[in-house]
Amino acid sequence: MKKVRPGRLLIYAALVMLAAVYLVPVYMTVITSLKAPEAIQLASAWLPPDRPHWQSYATAWDQFAPKLKNSLLLAVTATLLSAALGSLNGYVLSKWTFRGAGVIFPLMVFGMFIPYQSILIPLFQFLRNINLYGGLPGLILVHVVYGLPITTLLFRNFYAEIPDELVSSASIDGGDFFRIYRWIMLPLSGPAFVVVAIWQFTQIWNEFLFAVTLTRPDAQPVTVALANLAGGQAVYWNLPTAGSILAALPTVLVYILLGRFFMRGLLAGALKG
Amino acid sequence: MLSPSLVLLAIFVYGFIGRTVYLSLTDWGRQMALALHPTIHFVGLDNYRELFTGFLDVRFRQDLVNMLYFTLLFVGASLSLGLALAILIDQQVRGEAIFRTIFLFPMSLSLVVTGTMWRWVLQPRGGVNVLPAMIGREPWTFLWLSSRSQYLRFDWQHLPRYLGVGIAIALALVASVGLRRRRRLGPALAGVAAGATLGWALFGPGSHVKLLPFPELHGFNDALIGVVLAATWQMAGYTMALYLAGLRGVPSELREAARVDGASELQVYRYVDLPLLKPITLSALIILGHIALKIFDLVFAMAGPDNAPTSVPAISMYLTTFRGNQLAKGASIAVILLIMVSVLIIPYLVNAFRSRRAELG
Repeated sequence: MKKVRPGRLLIYAALVMLAAVYLVPVYMTVITSLKAPEAIQLASAWLPPDRPHWQSYATAWDQFAPKLKNSLLLAVTATLLSAALGSLNGYVLSKWTFRGAGVIFPLMVFGMFIPYQSILIPLFQFLRNINLYGGLPGLILVHVVYGLPITTLLFRNFYAEIPDELVSSASIDGGDFFRIYRWIMLPLSGPAFVVVAIWQFTQIWNEFLFAVTLTRPDAQPVTVALANLAGGQAVYWNLPTAGSILAALPTVLVYILLGRFFMRGLLAGALKG
Repeated sequence: MLSPSLVLLAIFVYGFIGRTVYLSLTDWGRQMALALHPTIHFVGLDNYRELFTGFLDVRFRQDLVNMLYFTLLFVGASLSLGLALAILIDQQVRGEAIFRTIFLFPMSLSLVVTGTMWRWVLQPRGGVNVLPAMIGREPWTFLWLSSRSQYLRFDWQHLPRYLGVGIAIALALVASVGLRRRRRLGPALAGVAAGATLGWALFGPGSHVKLLPFPELHGFNDALIGVVLAATWQMAGYTMALYLAGLRGVPSELREAARVDGASELQVYRYVDLPLLKPITLSALIILGHIALKIFDLVFAMAGPDNAPTSVPAISMYLTTFRGNQLAKGASIAVILLIMVSVLIIPYLVNAFRSRRAELG
């Protein structure tokens, strides 16, 4: 018979306690969003409402619907574009050798780590000069460009595991650059596209600095709207809490439904492989 | 096919960085920075001198101090909590997937959402502070995000002296590592340099250098604790995921061998797993560190951009540039941020790519 270790109990106790602490902010946010504004008292902040009050969600939805639409349009378009470009880049960098390839990649990856503040002012001036400042197209362009390093990295690491023989035999058979991509690499890329798409979607949906500095109110994504809503003094907290749940829902759903792929993007960010 | 992307990145990353550096060396005069054709004067390092020694930029200096304390606390907390979580989950517990999901899900939230949630949890007269009241005690009165008490204060005036001492200590460490590796020339040089720097800072001209004509105290702001809590809540799951992947990669034969040799569970972790996790710790340290240095959204959403006790350089860059219209000064704060991040990232990248090339060929 297996020996019962008393340590097991301690492990479970620690895990359950930590999980409970982890869920505290979520619990507080959910119960507060379900309280009527006049029922939110600081002293009873931890108690659930007697009866759920759904009105805050309706109000938050009215305020957020256009911003959610902006976020969705931005995140989906920028994700698709940067995944397409990243896939091509990753293919070139993993399967074709040329002079300077060894230098290009590190220089590209550095772009992943720069603080966006250090390019923000010229970016702001550039967008104004080409009349893209303030709207969604400008913001999409920005996210596609600054998404290139990570998408390229993810695809490159994925393609590196596809045997080179596959490519070389195809090129002996007369397959050129694009044909090999179209008929060999692309059909195998499904999982990589899912990882990249999920990672980029989450990142772009959640981004704030570009959104707050480069958009006019009508093109603002939901992060900015939420920061504005929660930022004032003496607000009724039913609205910001309902708003944060609305703003968080898409990415949390993606995470819960497709967590495995999310994890892979996460680990790749640590530049392994 | 690569070239359009390369051109874009060359312009948008390196070109723009160059432009920011140039802007940080200029003065736009009294005109509005948003004027169509501002007159730009080249002023060299004036903006930087202002930031570090100017009378008006005391907030920026406190921001720098905040940033350093925040980085140390947040990285330390995330690493240790992440490692603890990974080891707990690695014990073949039931419901592992549920625990993992709970600890990692904050990663999928935006920092603005995290900030909003935690702002409510850390309300001075609600949330955490009323917990004692639930069991009939007096509620706490701690001002989570707006407290102004400071600890570990130091005088900015004497910064050159402190820097000298810091460099001397670093050089001494280099020397001692060299000695342990039984080298001669390197440690001797480092030792002499350490002594010279220490002498310069304590007794030589360094002891007279004063950055400011008046004493100016900076220290660790109490209010940062709340921000550190929220940031750790969001990011510890990331460290956990990294460590968990690492632990799962440790060959079970290694552990078995150690157990056969009579190692306790704890010793197995200490002597088998932890040494193998070192590279992961380094990666996590670098990633978390660079996130901490440029943290912006969380502070913005949690305490607001105008809350001085929790402000960081990323916030002052935003305020200076987009509210104050001082583009040149904003650019110099941005360059300082870039330098700090680069000091952390570049050696790491160089090392990563060098070892990869060594692996390949």
